[in-house]
Amino acid sequence: MAVLRSWRSLRSRVSGALGARAFPPSLDGSAATLPRHLAQSVQARPRAVTTLLTHSSYLSMRSIRALVRQPVFLVITLVQPMVWLLLFGALFRSVMRIPGFAGGASFLEFLTPGVVAMTALFSAMWAGTVFIDDMQRGVMDRLLASPVRRGAMMNGTLVYQSLTSVVQTVIVLVVAVLAGARFHGGVVGVVVTLACACLLTVVCAALSNAIALMARQQEALIGISQFLSLPMTFLSSAIMDPSLAPGWIRDCARFNPLDWAVVASRETLLGSPDWSAVWPRLAALAALAAVMAAAATRTFGSYQRST
Amino acid sequence: MTSSTSTGRYAVEADDLRKTYRTGRGRPPVRALDGLGFAVETGTVYGLLGPNGAGKSTTVKILSTLSRADSGRASVAGADVGADPDAVRHRIGLVSQRPSSDPMATGRENLVLAARIQGLSRTDARARAARLLDRFGIADAADRLVRTWSGGMARKLDVAIGLVHRPQVLFLDEPTTGLDPEARAEMWAEVGRLAGDDRMTVLLTTHYLDEADRLAHRLAIVESGRVAVEGTPEQLKAELRGDVLQVELDGEESAVRAAGLVGTVAGVTSVLREGRSVRARTDAGARVVPVVVSVLGEAGIEVTSATVARPSLDDVYLRHAGRSFGAVA
Repeated sequence: MAVLRSWRSLRSRVSGALGARAFPPSLDGSAATLPRHLAQSVQARPRAVTTLLTHSSYLSMRSIRALVRQPVFLVITLVQPMVWLLLFGALFRSVMRIPGFAGGASFLEFLTPGVVAMTALFSAMWAGTVFIDDMQRGVMDRLLASPVRRGAMMNGTLVYQSLTSVVQTVIVLVVAVLAGARFHGGVVGVVVTLACACLLTVVCAALSNAIALMARQQEALIGISQFLSLPMTFLSSAIMDPSLAPGWIRDCARFNPLDWAVVASRETLLGSPDWSAVWPRLAALAALAAVMAAAATRTFGSYQRST
Repeated sequence: MTSSTSTGRYAVEADDLRKTYRTGRGRPPVRALDGLGFAVETGTVYGLLGPNGAGKSTTVKILSTLSRADSGRASVAGADVGADPDAVRHRIGLVSQRPSSDPMATGRENLVLAARIQGLSRTDARARAARLLDRFGIADAADRLVRTWSGGMARKLDVAIGLVHRPQVLFLDEPTTGLDPEARAEMWAEVGRLAGDDRMTVLLTTHYLDEADRLAHRLAIVESGRVAVEGTPEQLKAELRGDVLQVELDGEESAVRAAGLVGTVAGVTSVLREGRSVRARTDAGARVVPVVVSVLGEAGIEVTSATVARPSLDDVYLRHAGRSFGAVA
């Protein structure tokens, strides 16, 4: 309950900061008898929050429905993780024999949390393409000229991306188990891994959406995403034990949200986690996700100013 | 109608709108709007007419709260677009130039989503969607994905989406561009019904003169970000007294020579050549035609056809914008 309350208050603060205002409901005219600013001050907060949430759910449903109609897209996004997991995992199996390599009984077990995070990163970085499609059609303009909350347009895609990330993560974990990996972290490990994947997805999808709103070109978005994704992957412990990597890579990894997700899920997934390594990273991911979502919503302003 | 949303005499008022776009480093900024202003009476169709780049779309963007003017003031359906954009957004429908439906959803789903966003209940949204699908004759396709629809059907859906919340003002940004003649005629009939039966205010932008002439109660010709001339189509045409003489020739070279000769005929004013045709204004068409034909015949120029007509909006445009509409649109 406390979590829910604080989530709500965060939401209302975010939507307040985003300039969400109540509006006179012209459809039924029920607030017409009140002076407009009075009606606003009475109803503003709860109405703004419920509107934000209902609009977010409508727009999430729109994307989910489109995905259910074309599940092949989900399959395509799973090709890359399968290559990493099965081919990369087999190719580099013997790195486990390097003295000092820590974590897991096999390289596949070590690699799986890395592949989960990389899958979340790479597919969330494409999130903004939906906005650009909407801009190239008149959908974005139509929504922006309607009473839909800007925060809801952002949330709609973030919720949708998170759900796809959950499905992808479950599939990656199942394939890893079928390939012989054993995760002793059990349910807790899986839950933390799913949470990490979702939070990392929100961080990256919000970034991708913001780039989309500013660049407004598919090519620019894809270029910038590629430019960020690979360095983020290699400057982390996703595929290699950082204690065997140069010191500067370890330093970079400390500030890399992908590494936060990898470390937290690897700790819990492999069993007997060091919670002092898990909690701070989860908290940092959650905080960054909230900041990125709020900041990305603000870029609607820059999109509108420049059109 | 005494609610806070009532709009009085004018549903749309724009006053001295200015907007400049930066085009990038080192390049000069583009002045899209340069003091544009007009007013639309409630319940009428108003046409903004002009070539691409004249400022029509920028005006629609500002009035529909998509963009902000650098200066000037505008109100739509009684709300100020700069100060109270949320109120405006509840009272307007926008049908933009580009298709604005979601291709991966069905027609019905598109309508229901738009209605829900506008605050209709689930039941009301479904009922409203069904009504609009019927009204626009697209009910048969309602449950197919929009990406399988024809262009004309998708355009009707765009308009239906714009109407889903019974807006007071509907913006139609080039509604018939890219439509075949049949779909165009249907769209025209529908726009006529909106203002007639539904008492809705419609702001229409177009670069088709016949469309503006047919649909708009009043229109403004927009040129270089300002209103060049404004009035009813009849007023604008009546302003041009006399007739238009149009002579077609067998080649451009003879048209150039002919233009020079036609200008010397008594009673002829403002001659313009375009390709193989020469257009001229005259106070007495019937008397001038034989003279022109004989003058050209004496000069050895072969006349393919010579016609006299009442001035069209094209001639109005020609007079105010200083160039022929067809040449720039």
